[in-house]
Amino acid sequence: MLTRRHALSLLAGTLALTALPGSGQAQTGGKLDVVATFSILGDLVKEVGGERVSVTTLVGPNGDAHVYAPSPTDARRLMDAKVVFVNGLKFEGWIDRLIASSGTKAAIVEAARGITPIKGEEDDHGHDHGHDHGHDHGGLDPHAWQNVANAKVYVANIRDALTTADPAGKGAYEAQAAAYLARLDALDAEIKEIVARIPKERRRIITSHDAFRYFQEAYGIVFVAPQGVSTDAEASAKDVAKIIRQIRREKVKAIFVENVSDPRLMERIAQETGARIGERVFSDALSGPEGPAGTYIEMMRHNIRAFSTALSS
Amino acid sequence: MADLLLSPFADFAFMQRALVGVIAIALAGGPVGVFLMLRRMSLTGDAMAHAILPGAAIGYLIAGLSLPAMTIGGLVAGVVVAVAAGLVSRFTALKEDASLAAFYLLSLALGVTIVSLRGSNVDLLHVLFGTVLALDDSTLLLISAISTITVLALALFYRPLVLECVDPTFLRSVSRAGTPTHLVFLGLVVLNLVGGFHALGTLLAVGMMMLPAAASRFWTNDITIMMVASVAIGIVSGIGGLLLSFHAELPAGPAIILTAGGIYGLSLLLGREGGLLWLAWPGRHLEA
Repeated sequence: MLTRRHALSLLAGTLALTALPGSGQAQTGGKLDVVATFSILGDLVKEVGGERVSVTTLVGPNGDAHVYAPSPTDARRLMDAKVVFVNGLKFEGWIDRLIASSGTKAAIVEAARGITPIKGEEDDHGHDHGHDHGHDHGGLDPHAWQNVANAKVYVANIRDALTTADPAGKGAYEAQAAAYLARLDALDAEIKEIVARIPKERRRIITSHDAFRYFQEAYGIVFVAPQGVSTDAEASAKDVAKIIRQIRREKVKAIFVENVSDPRLMERIAQETGARIGERVFSDALSGPEGPAGTYIEMMRHNIRAFSTALSS
Repeated sequence: MADLLLSPFADFAFMQRALVGVIAIALAGGPVGVFLMLRRMSLTGDAMAHAILPGAAIGYLIAGLSLPAMTIGGLVAGVVVAVAAGLVSRFTALKEDASLAAFYLLSLALGVTIVSLRGSNVDLLHVLFGTVLALDDSTLLLISAISTITVLALALFYRPLVLECVDPTFLRSVSRAGTPTHLVFLGLVVLNLVGGFHALGTLLAVGMMMLPAAASRFWTNDITIMMVASVAIGIVSGIGGLLLSFHAELPAGPAIILTAGGIYGLSLLLGREGGLLWLAWPGRHLEA
């Protein structure tokens, strides 16, 4: 499948490149129309693109991009777009078909290209993955943005893609990307500092959706999840029992409910074990603009504060 | 062996709650299913299960994962579809099965549309497929209350209900209880579907009614025994499904329905009343 996507994106990319000279005039309202598949990616594109681009996200805040059902409007948005940003690593399983059926000539950009993927198999401790590069295309964990270092790769990819699509804006994109990268560096340092203040043996968290592997590898908080990598797998009684046993055995202190998983199951586990239910954290989607995680940086900051509050108390 | 069967329930409160939930659902679902089957309304039950979907979805859109909102939404939608399908078939040229099919497809489409209106649809998917492992106190109380009401109401209306199954014309000639009985019965069906959907989801809730009922039909001709058998089959499926989910790592709701389906398959094969084996070798009847 990935190879087909590569072929598609190559094809679409060359088409977009050949169409480039004319495309400058076709921009609506002087802005470059781009599409991002989900809210976090959309925020990164907005930060880099600034005033020059108009960003549309397909899966909005609080939506789950794993199991999204695209609408005809989405196909039209793809048609109108000059650049389409996808996460890649099979995060959006539905995007291949949507791109093919929409017949868009936009350049397809995989934002996660160039990061070191983590394998998606069940792995409770996740310290030494050996950084094996994904020969197995199926089992890669797509939630790469949970490591700020990866988000910086995203930003670089977005900057390059925008520059290719709109060479006139090169200076603006580079300046905005540089400014944003500096903020990401500060965020990265802030997270590491907060984690350092949590005693090492307390850094264990249960969360409902196994999306924090990259966070775990980068920052050293261990996450255990009652479900597999994808939210479309329903937890079995055995999974829930395993989690409860594990909480009891390892004296895990905190359970976190994400914005995309079943909170009732988490509450049941919490009542049965006496672990604390932490604040809602965000993994795959931002909250609405007025929520606690309206942008990528706010999301990461909110999550690490929530983790540290629950783990230190 | 006993350890395999007992320890999941002894060690984990969520398994105990799931057990209580499925037993309560089986207690009321079996008899209601038997009546549905005898009245040739099995597919009606299925159609009404789908009809609950848009109501529950609207309740969820308004109040989130709130038990009362989704219950009321489901009840209203179920009753509306039941009554509307009845009215259409009574007053127009369309037969009841055709009008039911129309309503069920409509509500399915409507439900899916309402689901997609809201950005966050995964919570709702959990609702639609149920979370038998996450039953809280209020949900358990609701399910048990529905079971109690259902069993009491069935006891009260037992005679007219049975009579309407066997000979509705006769019932109409001797009493005017026919229409109210029918309405009460439809109400009970909707009530049980709404109770069942909190545990098993709208799409599978009807399974705990129809599969035990259909399986029990292969074992007896006596309606009372049939109901007892359907309750027993329902409870066994519930326990078996939960254990299957626990030991084989299967999602709980589907595992319960699959267990019921397995019992149905066995009954179909071995059942004394019209099971396939008994039909193939009729001589065995004499031996038995």
